[in-house]
Amino acid sequence: MPPALPTPSAAGEAGRDQHVLTFAAVNKTFPAMPRPISALTDISITVRAGEVTGLIGPDGAGKTTLMRLAAGLLIPDSGHITVLGMDVVQNQQTVQASIGYMPQRFGLYEDLTVQENLDLYADLQGAPVAERPAHYEELLRMTGLGPFLDRLAGRLSGGMKQKLGLACTLVRPPRLLLLDEPTVGVDPVSRRELWAIVYRLTQEQGMSVLLSTAYLDEAERCHQVLLLNEGRLLGSGPPGSFSRPLSGRTFVLTVPAGERRRVLETVSGQTGITDAIIARQGVRVVTETPEMPPLAQLFPSLPAVGVEAVPPSLEDGFVALLHEDKARPRQTKTLQVASAGGALPPGGGDGPVIAVHDVQRRFGDFYAVKGVSFEVRRGEVFGLLGANGAGKSTTFRMLCGLLPASAGDLRVAGVDLRQASATARARIGYMSQKFSLYGNLSVRQNLDFFSSAYNLAGNHRRQRLDWALETFDLAPLAETISGGLPLGYKQRLALACALMHEPDILFLDEPTSGVDPLARREFWHHINMLAAQQVTVLVTTHFMEEAEYCDRLAIMAEGSLLALGTPEEIKNRARSADRPDPDMEDAFIHLITVREQEVAA
Amino acid sequence: MNERATAGRMGSAMRLRGLMRKEFLQIIRDPSSVAIAFLLPVVLLFLFGYGVSLDAEHVPLALVVEQPSADTATLTGAFHGSRYFAPVHFSTMQEAEAALMANQVQAIVRLRGDFARELRSPAGAPIQVIVNGVDANNGRLISGYVEGVWSGWLQEWATQQGMTSLFPVEVEQRVWFNAELRSRNFLVPGLIAVIMTLIGALLTALVMAREWERGTMESLLVTPVAMREVLLGKLVPYFLLGMGGMSLSVAMAVWLFAVPLRGSLFVLFAAAALFLLVALGMGLLISILTKDQFVAGQVAIVVTFLPAFILSGFIFDVGSMPFPVQVITHLIPARYFVAILQSVFLAGNIWSVLWPNALALAVMAFFFLGMSRRKTRKSLE
Repeated sequence: MPPALPTPSAAGEAGRDQHVLTFAAVNKTFPAMPRPISALTDISITVRAGEVTGLIGPDGAGKTTLMRLAAGLLIPDSGHITVLGMDVVQNQQTVQASIGYMPQRFGLYEDLTVQENLDLYADLQGAPVAERPAHYEELLRMTGLGPFLDRLAGRLSGGMKQKLGLACTLVRPPRLLLLDEPTVGVDPVSRRELWAIVYRLTQEQGMSVLLSTAYLDEAERCHQVLLLNEGRLLGSGPPGSFSRPLSGRTFVLTVPAGERRRVLETVSGQTGITDAIIARQGVRVVTETPEMPPLAQLFPSLPAVGVEAVPPSLEDGFVALLHEDKARPRQTKTLQVASAGGALPPGGGDGPVIAVHDVQRRFGDFYAVKGVSFEVRRGEVFGLLGANGAGKSTTFRMLCGLLPASAGDLRVAGVDLRQASATARARIGYMSQKFSLYGNLSVRQNLDFFSSAYNLAGNHRRQRLDWALETFDLAPLAETISGGLPLGYKQRLALACALMHEPDILFLDEPTSGVDPLARREFWHHINMLAAQQVTVLVTTHFMEEAEYCDRLAIMAEGSLLALGTPEEIKNRARSADRPDPDMEDAFIHLITVREQEVAA
Repeated sequence: MNERATAGRMGSAMRLRGLMRKEFLQIIRDPSSVAIAFLLPVVLLFLFGYGVSLDAEHVPLALVVEQPSADTATLTGAFHGSRYFAPVHFSTMQEAEAALMANQVQAIVRLRGDFARELRSPAGAPIQVIVNGVDANNGRLISGYVEGVWSGWLQEWATQQGMTSLFPVEVEQRVWFNAELRSRNFLVPGLIAVIMTLIGALLTALVMAREWERGTMESLLVTPVAMREVLLGKLVPYFLLGMGGMSLSVAMAVWLFAVPLRGSLFVLFAAAALFLLVALGMGLLISILTKDQFVAGQVAIVVTFLPAFILSGFIFDVGSMPFPVQVITHLIPARYFVAILQSVFLAGNIWSVLWPNALALAVMAFFFLGMSRRKTRKSLE
């Protein structure tokens, strides 16, 4: 019997009804030019003892600000914050001594070993020396870090770093644990492990947890959910309370794999349809009334589809709330890559547009990419799926000719990248992670700059500028400084910039990271339109469910390919008697487990 | 003492110990901090100890003797005998001027045809000296040396002629403290101030900003740690590192460059410790205000390292700077430390020099450390 973690001092007495964290009418703004940014507006929330409360919202919703306020790292402009019965502003030191807070980028010292990081935080938290050995043992067992005590924290994988960060936060068990996006970019296996730890802490030790996340599927695992958008609270309650109003309004249209994108584009934005996305078995639809509109009559051009009622999810609820909140115009515009009258440059014959053969990339003695081979056909949407550090971005940079391969062949549009990367680059549109725009230039100036970078001049350039502003609904914002745009607009602008020179190959590196579900839908709508026009799209993502949008995908882990094929083929590999209908995450975890067994054998 | 306060103090000691141990481990594992603390002093000392010399020796000098005589022979002999000059003879002034233009000689000494006669006339002063003044400092040195040789020779000549004294007052020069006039003797001690500024201010500015940049500060802030503990946890390790670099520099100065150390070692280290506190205070303040490694590094170089180099009196004499610049030098901590260093090395424990400078350093240390403490709030804003 392993020694149990010492229980937090007073948590035992706290019943579930007790509130460990209360915000009462809290406002917080940050000074900025030209006007202050309002990060949180009139937030009143409660977090109950012994529960996992999820804080859900896209980037920029105010999640991190809320966490920092709760931890006493920021001071509210108005309103009161009470943590464990104490006012945070007045009792900063005492509050900080009784809570645990793990920031989004936990401050691990990368040049210290696992053991040294633990010792440092144990000293800082004042963990009694006598209790440390037993407590460390328990933490290491829980996180699986035992064999890596002497490894430098900088050398750990993303998932292991997060677990070490959590262990450091728990060296002296807190009564309230604040976790800011602990699972972002972490591989699915580590994600599940992190969740298992969180559940154990609440169930076995009565710890209270406030956890923020951008993954909506994670919110379903919480006892309570707080939904945040643009600094305001959209709703709070158990996950079921968000989806309940939608019961009877959610369906899955079972469509053959090749037809899904077409069905999605036909259905979405039509009257009677609130939301439509590509999901596991086909196209998932939320209707406006609890009855499925007679599809065959509405859309005679659709292929034969089966309709199946499914239970509503939290994401459905969130999207419905966002729609009510914003009343944003539906995206029905058709996206033409080429401006009116223009045409796509001729493709490179019938052969694969992208051919990667046994490519590897070393950094010193570290293999970032190892023995990777795949081909992408013209007009295909090809996904590279994997956790942070799996080698996706390195593969991308090699394909764009930004990074030479250490070994192997890379051909893009029939051109060997070692010989003529500039020729290939003229046909590639590239949208990098975090949308590398010039934040202090206006929307128009950004577009203008990227046109000039691709040698567009005179009339042609003006035409493309008009095209971009019109197609992406950016005209009203043309003179706005792009740094201040909401993330969804930045994403649109970045895509527009990448398309200015009418490329027939598009590279998208984590294009949907952190944007809200509506912007994500809109983005995939654009991608679908591009693919329909024979643009080849290569996209990386760490959202498992986005894999369903791809024609084919490659799953990467630790620099090599775990699997290659259509979403169905990959999911089929994880199918078993006790898992008749695996989703992409199940498949991913299955593939990693199999690989680990192979390595062990 | 109640129990809670004792526990609080123990907690504080534990946190401080943890922070310092962390800092030492980081220093050991980061080759760049070891390089700044130990390799850089060695490189700078070699560069300034061997490479840079402000002395004018073996200066190429054109001698133009228009009508040789016994008198001119002894005078040119005197120039040949001086270690400051490497004389070259030219028969005409035109040739000598051409050589000066071509930078083959640095100065011309012309003995006119009527030299022997004029010498004996009451009016006197019959030699013409032209010095290349492009490098003003060097030019002054050369003209001083020429004057020295000339007056020495004149004195000897007068004695030989049976005149008791040519001048009513005899100037007898003697150089104190650095009798050999070796520039190394004042450059090397002054360099210690520059080296310690680098270790104290630049290194500290970088490491504190790094905590902000890598997000480790946020994790530290939310622990029960007090800001003074965070600051102390940075100060102590880098103080020791700085004193280590200082010891190395002193050892090299004394044993390798044979710079005399006339004052006491204790006074030297006490002053160094005081100066290091000022440098650390500046470094901490810079990184607290910038929170960005790149900016902190740039600011540290511009506001600490460059002034220590230029305005401290390490190379350029403060007394010969324009008055407004002289006023500014009073704001440069390195100025006071250079004064102390040069006096302790070359003159000894001159308390009238040491006290005012030490007092100025103490005030500055108090100011910078106090400001750092005030500017670090336990908040992300």
